[in-house]
Amino acid sequence: MGGGMGRLLRRSLLLGPALFIIGFFMLLPLFLMGYVSILERGMAGGVQWGQHTVEAYVRFLFERDLMDNLVVNIDYLRIFARSFLLALSTTIIALLIGLPTAFYMSLQPARWRNLLIFLVTIPFWTNLLVRNYAWILLLRDSGLINGGLQWLGLSSEPIRLLYTPFAVGVGLTYSFLPFMILPIYASLEKIDLRLVEAAYDLGASKWQALRRIVLPLAMPGIAAGSILVFIPSLGAYVTPELLGGSRQLMIGNLIQGQFGAARNWPFGAALAFVLLALVLLAMMLYARRYRRAPGQA
Amino acid sequence: MLKRRGNPLWRFPGVAPTAAFVFAYLYLPIFILIAFSFNENRLATIWTGFTFDWYSVALNNSDMIRAARNSLIVASSATFIATLAAIMAALCMTRERFRRQQAVNAVIALPLIVPEIVTAVATLLFFVIIGIRLGLLTVIIAHTVFCIPFAYLPIRARLQGMDPRLEEAASDLYADPWRTFRRITLPLLWPGILSGAMLAFIISLDTFVITYFVAGAGATTLPVYIFGMIRIGITPEVNAVSALMLLISITFVTLSFLVGRMRR
Amino acid sequence: MKRTSLLAAGVAASLCMGIGQAADANELYLYNWSNYFPPELLKKFEEDTGISVTLDVYDSNETMLARLQAGAAGYDVVVPSDYMMEIMIEEGLVERIDTGEMENFANVTKPHDSPRQDPERAYSAPYLWGTTGFTYDSARVEGELEESWKEFFEPRAELSGQIAVLNDEVEAYNAAAYYSGIFKCTEDPAEAQQILDVLQAQAPHVAMYQSDGTIDRMAAGELIMHMQFNGAAHRAKQQRDSLVYVYPKEGMSFWNDNFMVPKGAPNLENAKTFINWMMAPENIAIASNYTGYMNAIRGSSDFMDESLVEDPAVNMPEEYADRLRPTEDCSVKARELRNRVWTRLRS
Repeated sequence: MGGGMGRLLRRSLLLGPALFIIGFFMLLPLFLMGYVSILERGMAGGVQWGQHTVEAYVRFLFERDLMDNLVVNIDYLRIFARSFLLALSTTIIALLIGLPTAFYMSLQPARWRNLLIFLVTIPFWTNLLVRNYAWILLLRDSGLINGGLQWLGLSSEPIRLLYTPFAVGVGLTYSFLPFMILPIYASLEKIDLRLVEAAYDLGASKWQALRRIVLPLAMPGIAAGSILVFIPSLGAYVTPELLGGSRQLMIGNLIQGQFGAARNWPFGAALAFVLLALVLLAMMLYARRYRRAPGQA
Repeated sequence: MLKRRGNPLWRFPGVAPTAAFVFAYLYLPIFILIAFSFNENRLATIWTGFTFDWYSVALNNSDMIRAARNSLIVASSATFIATLAAIMAALCMTRERFRRQQAVNAVIALPLIVPEIVTAVATLLFFVIIGIRLGLLTVIIAHTVFCIPFAYLPIRARLQGMDPRLEEAASDLYADPWRTFRRITLPLLWPGILSGAMLAFIISLDTFVITYFVAGAGATTLPVYIFGMIRIGITPEVNAVSALMLLISITFVTLSFLVGRMRR
Repeated sequence: MKRTSLLAAGVAASLCMGIGQAADANELYLYNWSNYFPPELLKKFEEDTGISVTLDVYDSNETMLARLQAGAAGYDVVVPSDYMMEIMIEEGLVERIDTGEMENFANVTKPHDSPRQDPERAYSAPYLWGTTGFTYDSARVEGELEESWKEFFEPRAELSGQIAVLNDEVEAYNAAAYYSGIFKCTEDPAEAQQILDVLQAQAPHVAMYQSDGTIDRMAAGELIMHMQFNGAAHRAKQQRDSLVYVYPKEGMSFWNDNFMVPKGAPNLENAKTFINWMMAPENIAIASNYTGYMNAIRGSSDFMDESLVEDPAVNMPEEYADRLRPTEDCSVKARELRNRVWTRLRS
């Protein structure tokens, strides 16, 4: 198919639009932000153009004590670690319930399947805040869930669900579930049931069929879904605030605050770059582990 | 195609119950939300009685209707452009192999990784520097940027591990790359495209920090409008608008389902 | 694929709809706090003057500032609070409008006619003002509570886990500063540490740090005590009689919001018309009725709801006047300390 030139042309035509849009409207602004992160903060917010300092990055790990000496400060590291843990658990839970759901969807008759895709996303035509408020109504002491538990006689007085890590987990998993289900479904849907039949004919058990046929097929979807759930939930701040009561900061709230009440743009930008570096590093390690590039027969 | 019912995978333990649980989980808050749109009380969280009033209040709130319309315009435009770009990129990234492929992947994932507020301020600074007038267009551009990875990843997942021989056979048959694409590749890709497009659409509908910063005067979208209200407390008016959005989505889905059936 | 073309047609159609709303000359772009301006008042203004208004909203002074600083334009009127007013004048972000010479300015009561940040009212006009204290449910506490931040920061046993603090760096920090008798703009790390100690001692008893939906929570009886703005307290009280708004004796923040015109406003004359119109008692009263906050216009109480005039949370009894502390914009160093305290509290 074509020579080297044709191939190069085709490649740039195909990749062009996506790379142009992201390159021009994301990468360039981001360079601007990189510059902001090494500027002095403005007196009233904003920055002082042309005045350089690395203070913002130093501040991530150190603070100045009374004598103006640098001492280690792990406040921000703790917030990062907490957000990573929360994002990780959200991803795992979403995977555990999302994978069987996607599998179920892919086993439905062809004409129902597209409808199921819509069915997964319809709830999200409503609004993020309104959905979180609905969860507040469900989870609060006098809410439906506590009412149900008491009616069933499982508990005698309300259990505190709202404003706990549990509530944040429920809310975050809810918000990101479609982002796990749909990519897995997209890669599972091409399952060839004749393969499974054949495996059974050869005496394979259900679990073997699952492990040998279904899981490998789902793998690209699982990878895509995990990225789509893990990374956005790292920066989530609405749900931790509304359902978690904001007793503990997350990366999202922390960075948001630097552009808000703290009016410290350079530090906000620097925090974002630390986060960016960590995530890119994780992605690189992940890619290195699974070197066998997918898509190659 | 084999009869799926006969397949033992159908009865794989735990699959159907988990799926049932997940759908219940997805729709439980939605029912609550709709129920409270009929709440008489001005405070959304305290039930006092039944009324339809909030629907007429919502429909008469021209600012909110304008915001909802802006939201739909932005989401559908951004989804359309982002999905097209994502399809092309995914085709290239899974069919070919070249150096720096990981770097391209990282660039496409970039909009996911950078926290919203930082993207928002950066994009606004950038627009101002290059002199684009803020308006609905700037919102569409900004949304397209971060919709791309949401459309791209499911489509790429779909393409990975797909048998390239099918297309090769087809291109031998038709010898016309466009027809090969339309007759073979696109139908094969469809579940991935639909998934990616839906994810891009719902993420665009929910994004408000970026919108808030890059929108021009009067180009507010629904999430920005609603976010503005919560400081005081959400009124059932917002639930009513959400229920109306659901109605639109259900109409859309039903129509596309019916069209699909008629064409069969 | 027919489906793609269907989608494309839909997009094209909706785009055309969007572009249809081109500019017409007689308009005004108002950029205000969310839920802070009654829709019926906008309608009244449109009927009275023939100017059509587009309202966009923001949720904090700082986000509004960040947008204007980054260069977003297109608004005719914005509504910054006192300390933000000062910043915006200093940064040259606003137009001089000489409010003092407007027809209705004579209606403005003292001391609002000459605020510290804009003594001649050259750049601004008063909108509404209020205080930040706390509310509690008297039906769920034994006896009467002291009028002190002590009840809030060192709560009685039965209030533990039933308290909410505004998720607002400035308000929470300032309240703790009043309580510990420390200047809220202190640049001394040791003093900031004392403020942190107060907040940390309170933390185990706090159910949440939350600025949104304070009215709902108190009206629904979800919690017993909540740091709150007085207007929100008033609106919560209308749903639940037993709520009491406290004016703490150690001091409380008193703030006011003002109309200003950003530099380069596209409809400068309309902005002035609007600002003058808002200083008429019958107009501003509608805003007070809607939001539950007091205004600074003489004669407006004739048009205000009785419940508002009678509520001590809104219509402050004279004896509390010396408890009010104006808000201030602190130095960079003080803000740095404040942000570190606020972060460490929840890290």
